[in-house]
Amino acid sequence: MKQKGFNIWIGIAVLLLSFFVLFVVYPLAQVLYKSVLASNTSDITFTMDYFQKFFARKYYWSTLVNSFYVTVASTLLASLIGLPMAYLLRSYKVPGSKYLNILIVISYLSPPFIGAYAWIQLFGRNGFWTKFLTESFGWHVPSIYGFTGIVLVFSLQSFPLIYMYVSGALKNLDNSLNEAAESLGLNAFQRVIKIILPLVMPSLLAGALLVFMRVFSDFGTPMLIGEGFRTFPVLIYTQFMGEVSTDDHFAAALCVIIIAITLILFFMQRYLSNKYAYSMTALKPMEQVEPKGIRKLFAYLFVYGIALLAILPQLTVIYTSFLETSGGTVYTGNLGFSNYENTLLAKDNNSIINTYIFGLCAISLVVVIGVFVAYLTARKKSFVTEMLDTLTMFPYIIPGSVLGISFLYAFNSRPLLLSGTAIIIILSLAIRRMPYTIRSSTAIISQISPSIEEAAISLGSTEFQTFRKVTVPMMLPGVMAGAIMSWITLISELSSSIILYTSSTSTLTVAIYAEVIRSNFGNAAAYSTILTLTSIVSLLLFFKLTKNKDISV
Amino acid sequence: MSVAINIDKVTKIFGKDTIISGLSLSVKPGEFFTLLGPSGCGKTTLLRMIIGFNSIEGGKISIDGKVVNDIPTNLRNMGMVFQNYAIFPHMSVKENVAFGLKNRKIAKEEIEQRVEDILDTVKIKHLKDRMPSQLSGGQQQRVALARAIVIHPEVLLMDEPLSNLDAKLRVEMRNAIKLIQKKIGITTIYVTHDQEEALAVSDRIAIMNGGVIQQIGTPQAIYRRPVNTFVATFIGLSNILKTKVAVRNGVQGLNFGDYWAAIPGLAESTQEGTEVIVAVRPEEFCIDETITTGIPAIIRHSVFLGVNTHYFLELSDGQEIEVIQNTELTNNSAGSKVYLTVDAPKINVFTADGTQNLIAGGRGDEAEGL
Repeated sequence: MKQKGFNIWIGIAVLLLSFFVLFVVYPLAQVLYKSVLASNTSDITFTMDYFQKFFARKYYWSTLVNSFYVTVASTLLASLIGLPMAYLLRSYKVPGSKYLNILIVISYLSPPFIGAYAWIQLFGRNGFWTKFLTESFGWHVPSIYGFTGIVLVFSLQSFPLIYMYVSGALKNLDNSLNEAAESLGLNAFQRVIKIILPLVMPSLLAGALLVFMRVFSDFGTPMLIGEGFRTFPVLIYTQFMGEVSTDDHFAAALCVIIIAITLILFFMQRYLSNKYAYSMTALKPMEQVEPKGIRKLFAYLFVYGIALLAILPQLTVIYTSFLETSGGTVYTGNLGFSNYENTLLAKDNNSIINTYIFGLCAISLVVVIGVFVAYLTARKKSFVTEMLDTLTMFPYIIPGSVLGISFLYAFNSRPLLLSGTAIIIILSLAIRRMPYTIRSSTAIISQISPSIEEAAISLGSTEFQTFRKVTVPMMLPGVMAGAIMSWITLISELSSSIILYTSSTSTLTVAIYAEVIRSNFGNAAAYSTILTLTSIVSLLLFFKLTKNKDISV
Repeated sequence: MSVAINIDKVTKIFGKDTIISGLSLSVKPGEFFTLLGPSGCGKTTLLRMIIGFNSIEGGKISIDGKVVNDIPTNLRNMGMVFQNYAIFPHMSVKENVAFGLKNRKIAKEEIEQRVEDILDTVKIKHLKDRMPSQLSGGQQQRVALARAIVIHPEVLLMDEPLSNLDAKLRVEMRNAIKLIQKKIGITTIYVTHDQEEALAVSDRIAIMNGGVIQQIGTPQAIYRRPVNTFVATFIGLSNILKTKVAVRNGVQGLNFGDYWAAIPGLAESTQEGTEVIVAVRPEEFCIDETITTGIPAIIRHSVFLGVNTHYFLELSDGQEIEVIQNTELTNNSAGSKVYLTVDAPKINVFTADGTQNLIAGGRGDEAEGL
């Protein structure tokens, strides 16, 4: 009996392992192989030419330097915004803080390039405020393009991540630590520096790493608002997809470089958070107090101001979606629904339907695999499941565009011909989201005492029955909540879809991007609004389901 | 060097609820003073008012005559030990203990010396470079204690510091705390809901219930002469019996059915026939197998605990009582009939509503002449 159950689990583990080998290891191996394979001979010859080419020409390597500038600046700024935001909202009573929380999360959940395009609408060369300020006051509005614009968009778009991580950590911080420090003579400012900051540091680092990876590998934003300021992902995209002089092998080498960098960062962050990890459980969380006097003014100004700035792109997009356009590009100045007639109600509204279908398929795949992997790695520790554990974490550090490129390399020929199909997009979405779902499922399962499962077995059910009838139902509420968050992030995914899509498998984000590139802002705004509304509705469902207002992404 | 604490008619209001209303007490210099009461009685609230985590809505708290109501906590110079220790998880033992000193701009050498000394006092010198996660509960509690007293606070406050420890360690730690407190001579206020702990460590105890102090006194006074039935049943175990005052030959006493016992010290105002409540502790009953006068009772069951034996008896009116005897009865089988007598000088007699002790010396610490 026992032996039989054991075999079922081994079978599932091996099956899952082969899935990840096929869709994670094999594509990455293809990238690595291509990056060192000479392309001008018919023989298989090892070469380092592509890497040399990259580091030899400033035109290429300067993009990497630019990426670092942008990423470091944005991550720092995001931390400088997110940290006080979390602290103020946790320690002060702020009217409407629940709604602020939702606004902040929504601003984070939309794709960054939408922020870029909205800011251009406001402060770009022909932007609304640029024109208004120049014509009315003769003011010179500094350029929003280039480094400034990229950092502005990224930091406003990414601080919610820092905010959510730090806010979660603050919730687990026992107030008696704060009180102990107070009784030992520290004033409020000293307590923040010496107690609170060190204790939330691990969460801050974890959040900062996510921001770093997100900013470092995003290509939509610098593509739109960067103009001459070219970053590394832009280089990858143009080398792979560009209209002139694309070079598969060179693009592969670039992919290897970016993976190496994210890998180093990942291990650095893991080292740092292991070093500074404290287990904390709050018996008595921080109390929110009513701020007084000048503190109140500054706290409110900061919190509301930042929330407004963060949600401004969304408001802009929603507003412009109701502006009539002629030919899609020029605003006529009237309000109307023409943009929706051209998108939502158009005959060819594939991209909307695709988004929902692909998202739902991917999310089902992610949940099923995620639950199995979490169960195996938590309950059936063996060599195979440990490999599974490591393998499933890989996609965490692979930028979306790299994953897209690797999929095209791997599945472009028979017998594994998948390129151009819906399956390849669904798989890429699922693989990208897998590490997050597995992590949260593992956290859920580790909170279920094994003795509950043992009780079921002692009452005569088999291991698999126990898994099906006890473990899975107990995990379900948490897993479903996680699935909704995954769904929201999946439908706003751009970087791998933009590489993998064909005209019949376009999604909302791809459509928005394409319309923006074509300067067809009316349609782009309508598509964006549909996406935002979907996110908001899903988020409300999440709150309804979980009955709490804390979100982990 | 030690300070006195004076709490004068303080009031605490949370929202619309008045938790404490006009409470007064004073703690003597160097005293180990305990606030004891069931959960929700306001003892922790009062402690947090003293250190400043809770605001004071009325009245005054003063330390050696100086009112501290408006002094922020970080300037009050009081040490506090928390229920969950509140050890900073990102600092080693040494750093935790030195934390308050570093903040006081004390010379480095002196900090080193004082940390060494205090770690020696609480007997964890060998652990000074450990991180909190590597310490047991008892060790963490010693760190918390060292950290609170190394800053030479005027007052030491402890909020149920032993409630997270297992039973054996709790006894060990409470002895350690008592010894260290006596050695340093610091005025200490200790909060607990564990009466045995309170009896073991305190110089004096204040029993609280519903935000009101019921009785203040030495452990002995409170145990022997509780002021009301709440204290009588909260501290130790008391069998509560209803009966009437009966005067025989001019001597005041009580009737227990046919059995009469003279009660010395019963207030003269209590006349023949006054209804009273009697609190008899299990060890204040005596089962004498040789007599046939006394309170008749039937043995229901008994529990042998080595040091003594607990008997659960049923009186003729059906009430169940508990009796502790140091020697085992020859016939302790369930159902056998015995006669009880009471240790009359020790038992307590209360008014029928249970609010007042009618025995001389049973009216709190003033009468006891502490």
